[in-house]
Amino acid sequence: MINIDLIQQTAEYLMQKAAIEIPEDYHAGLKRAAEDEENELPSFVLKVMLDNYEVAKEDRCAMCGDTGVPRWFVKLGNEATVEGGMFALEKALRSATAKATNGVPLRPNRVHPLWRTDHNNNVGIGAPEIEYGFEPEGEWIDLITVHKGGLFGTDYRMLFPSDGIQGIKRFYLDSLMAFGKRGLACQPAIIGIGLGGSKDTCMTLGKRASTLRTVGSRNSDPKIAEMEDEFKELGNSIGMGAMGFVGKNMVVDCNIEVGYCHTGGMPMSVHAFCLSSRRAVARIFPDGRVEHRTDPDWFTPYQRRETVEWEPNKELARESS
Amino acid sequence: MSLREIRLSTTPTSDAINELRLGDIVYLDGLMYTAREGVYMRALEDKANIPMDLPSQSAANFHCSPAARINDDGSFDMGAVTATASFRFAKWLPEWFDKTGAKIIVGKGGMTSKDYKDYFVPNGAVYLSTVGYGTGALLGRGIEKVEAVHWNEELGLAQAMWVIKCNKMGPFIVASDLNGDCLFERENAKIAKNISKAYEGTKPAVLKRYGETDDRSDELI
Repeated sequence: MINIDLIQQTAEYLMQKAAIEIPEDYHAGLKRAAEDEENELPSFVLKVMLDNYEVAKEDRCAMCGDTGVPRWFVKLGNEATVEGGMFALEKALRSATAKATNGVPLRPNRVHPLWRTDHNNNVGIGAPEIEYGFEPEGEWIDLITVHKGGLFGTDYRMLFPSDGIQGIKRFYLDSLMAFGKRGLACQPAIIGIGLGGSKDTCMTLGKRASTLRTVGSRNSDPKIAEMEDEFKELGNSIGMGAMGFVGKNMVVDCNIEVGYCHTGGMPMSVHAFCLSSRRAVARIFPDGRVEHRTDPDWFTPYQRRETVEWEPNKELARESS
Repeated sequence: MSLREIRLSTTPTSDAINELRLGDIVYLDGLMYTAREGVYMRALEDKANIPMDLPSQSAANFHCSPAARINDDGSFDMGAVTATASFRFAKWLPEWFDKTGAKIIVGKGGMTSKDYKDYFVPNGAVYLSTVGYGTGALLGRGIEKVEAVHWNEELGLAQAMWVIKCNKMGPFIVASDLNGDCLFERENAKIAKNISKAYEGTKPAVLKRYGETDDRSDELI
């Protein structure tokens, strides 16, 4: 059984870590972009951003004043049990969110949509979101916090099979153009694309593609992996860089996730995980071990399973073929 | 061309404002206050008295809500400060300039050259954009002191009017000048030449959306 106090304590630490420390994969991606950028204005912007990450770590201060909308992704191994059950888990995550908001401090961004009520702790109706996933084996629990910005860079559209890949490209470019101008998307960003699913899962897939996959990761379907490379290049070919200035770097990486959809449709969503791509992950074991990492490793073969029965050997064989 | 670096007072002379060119890098000294929709609505629509002497104390309005806390003893801790997108606030600005004599608006993403020509230039004001938009920790180092927070009870931490003392706070980038020219529009115009190449081979979606046609009597198929 996993100790509930350890869960809350770890969750508080993850909130702080996500807000302050830029994940290594994004940091490396941005450094490559800074080296590659030839235009003066975006070069200056990228240099200042890289300085800012260092200052945030030195001063133990949130990297960005807009500390996003903190949320949780929880993954459990099939044999995992939590002391006090799932009710206790949710209470711990809500408490950790409130406590870290005051502690770091974070900006209390969460308000009621109509009455604008602010509890000053990032907790409210439906906030923070807590989403779950499961793996067929394991006694551990993974806590993943993501502090994504909440306003710009995201769009959804119902496309149809006859729109084809060219239609997907066009909507992708439209989203980059719409939110890249003046740098509203706070690019260079990790662009996540969700294809398929129902309307809500299409949004979820795209959001997870941007926030739960790292820079440099590739979809296990080699044809989708090729699309990811191609879309990254396409986004950077617009000639729009940081802050919407003329530049070469808009997309640090492009991640695509798919889900089966209605036979008549091809829904698509686009999401941008910004210059402050904040995520932190820890795996907690029943013996009290806590392993910290920055790769959520959410999209395992099990998460992308295609068949009724889970046959790991068959799935692995399919992936490596 | 290399970027010019300039230190600017938050109660600037008109000469100092006149000196600024698009793309200059600016660091601010002096008092600056945060004001966004909450403060604008309270001061302009509810006609509440602004609890500062403006513009003599400060002519710099920051579109920002900080990551901050008020301690039990009434002191403040401000961590990161980052601007929020300014285009949403354009409608309050003419009246705000009248009332406060602001000369510097600091925010994210700027406004349109029309806003600059109609509202900023007649008031001798310019727009400074934060850089990259995510430099909250760096900007935090430029805060010498949090002087006060006003209207926290009425508006909440995020919308309250924070008064901060800046010491070489920055960098910011000059996004409008006294001609009313707009840095972002200048860059957009350069990028526009490339757009058709990026879109080559793509075609409009089979199902359109309103917005792609504004005639609501149109069908979208």
